[in-house]
Amino acid sequence: MALSTHRTTTALLRHLTPAISYLRHISTDSTSTITVETSVPFTGHKIEPPSRSVDTTAQELMSFFRDMALMRRMEIAADSLYKAKLIRGFCHLYDGQEAVAVGMEAAITRKDCIITAYRDHCIFLGRGGTLLESFSELMGRKDGCSKGKGGSMHFYKKEGGFYGGHGIVGAQIPLGCGLAFAQKYKNDENVTFTLYGDGAANQGQLFEALNMAALWDLPAILVCENNHYGMGTAEWRAAKSPAYYKRGDYVPGLKVDGMDALAVKQACRFAKEHALKNGPIILEMDTYRYHGHSMSDPGSTYRTRDEISGVRQERDPIERVRKLLLAYDIANEKELKDIEKEARKQVDEAIAKAKESPLPEPSELFTNVYVKGYGVESFGADRKEIRAALP
Amino acid sequence: MAAIVQGIGSTAAPSASSNKFLLSSLGSSLLEKKRNFFVVRSDGKCYTGLNQQQRRAQNVVTNAVATKEEKASAAVGSKPGHELLLFEALREGLEEEMDRDPCVCVMGEDVGHYGGSYKVTKGLAEKYGDLRVLDTPIAENSFTGMGIGAAMTGLRPIVEGMNMGFLLLAFNQISNNCGMLHYTSGGQFKIPIVIRGPGGVGRQLGAEHSQRLESYFQSIPGIQMVACSTAYNAKGLMKAAIRSDNPVILFEHVLLYNLKERIPDEEYVLNLEEAEMVRPGEHVTILTYSRMRYHVMQAAKTLVNKGYDPEVIDIRSLKPFDLYTIGNSVKKTHRVLIVEECMRTGGIGASLTAAINENFHDHLDAPIVCLSSQDVPTPYAGTLEEWTLVQPAQIVAAVEQLCL
Repeated sequence: MALSTHRTTTALLRHLTPAISYLRHISTDSTSTITVETSVPFTGHKIEPPSRSVDTTAQELMSFFRDMALMRRMEIAADSLYKAKLIRGFCHLYDGQEAVAVGMEAAITRKDCIITAYRDHCIFLGRGGTLLESFSELMGRKDGCSKGKGGSMHFYKKEGGFYGGHGIVGAQIPLGCGLAFAQKYKNDENVTFTLYGDGAANQGQLFEALNMAALWDLPAILVCENNHYGMGTAEWRAAKSPAYYKRGDYVPGLKVDGMDALAVKQACRFAKEHALKNGPIILEMDTYRYHGHSMSDPGSTYRTRDEISGVRQERDPIERVRKLLLAYDIANEKELKDIEKEARKQVDEAIAKAKESPLPEPSELFTNVYVKGYGVESFGADRKEIRAALP
Repeated sequence: MAAIVQGIGSTAAPSASSNKFLLSSLGSSLLEKKRNFFVVRSDGKCYTGLNQQQRRAQNVVTNAVATKEEKASAAVGSKPGHELLLFEALREGLEEEMDRDPCVCVMGEDVGHYGGSYKVTKGLAEKYGDLRVLDTPIAENSFTGMGIGAAMTGLRPIVEGMNMGFLLLAFNQISNNCGMLHYTSGGQFKIPIVIRGPGGVGRQLGAEHSQRLESYFQSIPGIQMVACSTAYNAKGLMKAAIRSDNPVILFEHVLLYNLKERIPDEEYVLNLEEAEMVRPGEHVTILTYSRMRYHVMQAAKTLVNKGYDPEVIDIRSLKPFDLYTIGNSVKKTHRVLIVEECMRTGGIGASLTAAINENFHDHLDAPIVCLSSQDVPTPYAGTLEEWTLVQPAQIVAAVEQLCL
C-alpha cells in the first residue's frame, strides 16, 4: 500500500515539483489545495462511491499528524498507567485506529453528533476533550470528564457533541438513531455518526435501528469500525457475511480504508451530504488495532505477532501521513520528530497534573443519580426535601 | 415554604396566606399556563373552602365508604369539572403537555394512525403529525433506545409499551442507558423520558400478557416509578412525569382504563413522589397501589361494617417510596397491611416491608403482612386467574388477623 502511494505521489510530484519547492518554507501555514489519491478506491453498495482524489491542504495534513501523534501517545501512556495499576478495570485502547477519529473530525462540525462504544478515548480527544480530562477520568479523579464516576468506557462531552462512551456492545446504536431522530425533529441540518465494531455488527439492535432510520430518513450514519476481531473472535468466525457495508441491504454502504485519514475524511463528507438528503448510510472502516481488545487481553493468542507488525509497517496511519508530509515537502524529519516529542511532553504533563487531581468526595456517590428539579425527593422517614420554587 | 412543610401529613390547616395564594393562582391559571400552575398535595391540604369539611370528615369514623376523589375534584374552586374515562384523562394530560412544550413527542407501536391500542393517543397524530406521534416498528429495544438518545439531546419523548411485559425486551436500554447515563456522564446529560404502558392481570389474557413486573425495574438506579389508579391521578402523574427531568416509568393497569371519574377543569400536576391518602383511619394502615386499591376499598366497606377503621393509602410512587406519609400513618395505627398485585418474591411489597421495618420498627405492634399475587405465571382459566390475585375476602381476613 505504501509503495502505491509513493508511486502516485512521485508521479504527481514530477508535474508539480517547481511549485512544491516554492511552497517549502511556508509549510504549516499553507492553505493551498493538495490533491492526494487514497490508497484504495472506495467500494459502494447500492451507491456510487465518491472519487479517490481527496483535496487537502498542508495545514490539514499537519493537523492530522499532530492529532494522531497525540492520540497515539495518549494510548501508549494509558497502557503504562494501566500496568502501573493507576487505571483499573477495563481499558480499551484505540492505537492503530486513529485515522478514523481524525478523518471524521475533519469532515464534520462540532454540531454533528458522534456516539461510539467503549473504545472512546481518542474520539473524545477529537471532539474537544482535553488530555487532563481524559487521564483524570481514567484514573477516577474529580477532574475527569465524568467527574471520575464513569471511567474508561464512559467519556462524554456535551459541548463537543460527543455522546459517549457505552459499555454494552451495540446498545449505542439505537441511541445514535435517537440522536438522529432529534436532529430531524429539530430540523437543524446536522448528522449523527454512530460508531460500532465488527462484533456489534451481529447485534439485532443494529438491524432494528437501520430499519427505523431508513423508514423515517433519519440523518444517521452508521460507521462500522471493522478491526477484524470481536475481542478474541476473528470476523470470519463470527459473521457469515463479513461484508459489513453490505449488511444494510436496502441502506447504501461504502467500504473505506480506515487506516487512511484522507479516505476517511472523504467518505465522511460524502456520507454527511448523503444522509442529509437521503437518509442513513453505512460506512465500513477497514482498520486495525495494535493492542488487544482491552488491557486484559494480550492480543496475541488469536492473531500472530507477524500480522500485527505487518500492518504496523505497511498501513500505519501516522506513517502514511508522515510520508505524505515528507513527499510534499511540507515538513522535514526533524520537524515531525519535534511534533512527536511535543506530544509526548503534553501527555506527560497531563498525566502529572491528573495524578495530582483528587479522588471524588464521598458525597459524590449520591449526586447525579437524579436531576433535581420538578417534584420532591423523598429521602425517607421524617425527612422531606422540598423544592423551593415552583417554575 | 415553612408553612407547607408544617402542613405535610399533619391535620393543621394551611395558613391564610397560602389560601390567598391559591385563590389568586386559580384565577389566573386559566389565562397564563406557564407561570401559575400549582402542585396539589394529595391529601388536599392546599385547597380552600372545604378544609373545614375535610377535617371534620377525618374525625368521623363511621364513614362507611372511602371518601372518594370527588372530594378533591369538588374542592378545587367553584367549577364542577368534567367527567371522563381514565384513558381519556391520560390523553388529556398528554395533549396539554404536547401543547405546552414542542419538545414533547410520543413513540410506540400503533400510537399514531391506529390511535393507540388503549386509545390513549387517539387523535393526537392527526393533530401533531407523524413525527411527533411516531408509529414505530415492533422493535422495543431499539425504539426505547431511540427515545433515550433523543432525550439526551433535549427532546422529551414518551415511549409507550403496548404492554409492560414487552418492555422486558428493552430492559438493557432502560437499565443501562436510561437509568445510568446521568450518573456516568457526571451530570452532563439528563434523560427526561417517560416510559408508560399497561401492565397487570387483565381478563384472561394469558401468562405473557398479564405480567406484574413493576419489581423488575425497581432496583434500577436513576429512574422513578409511579403507578396511577384513578383518572385524577393518571392525568396529574402523566403531566408530572413529562415535566420531570428524570426518567419516569408510569405503570397503568389494563383493567382501569375505563374508569369513569370527574376531574377538575383547571390544570393540575401531581407530585411524583407522594402517596395518596384514600381513606383516613385509625386501626390499620393498608398500603396499596394500582388496581388493588379498588379491591381494598371494597374490603374496606366490609371492614367498616364489622367495626374496623382501616386507613387506606395509595402509595402511587413505587420508587422512591413516600416513607414520610407512610411513616406518619404507621405511627398512628401501628399495624401495616400491604396489598399489591406484584409478585410475592422480590415484589414491591417485599421492598416496602423491608423499608418500613428498617425505619419504623419501633412503631409496629405486629409484623407487617404483605398480600401479593402468587408466584405463578397468570393462568388462562378464569377461576385460577382470580385466585392468582388478592381478593377482597382475603384482605378482610388479613385485617381481622392483624387486628386481633
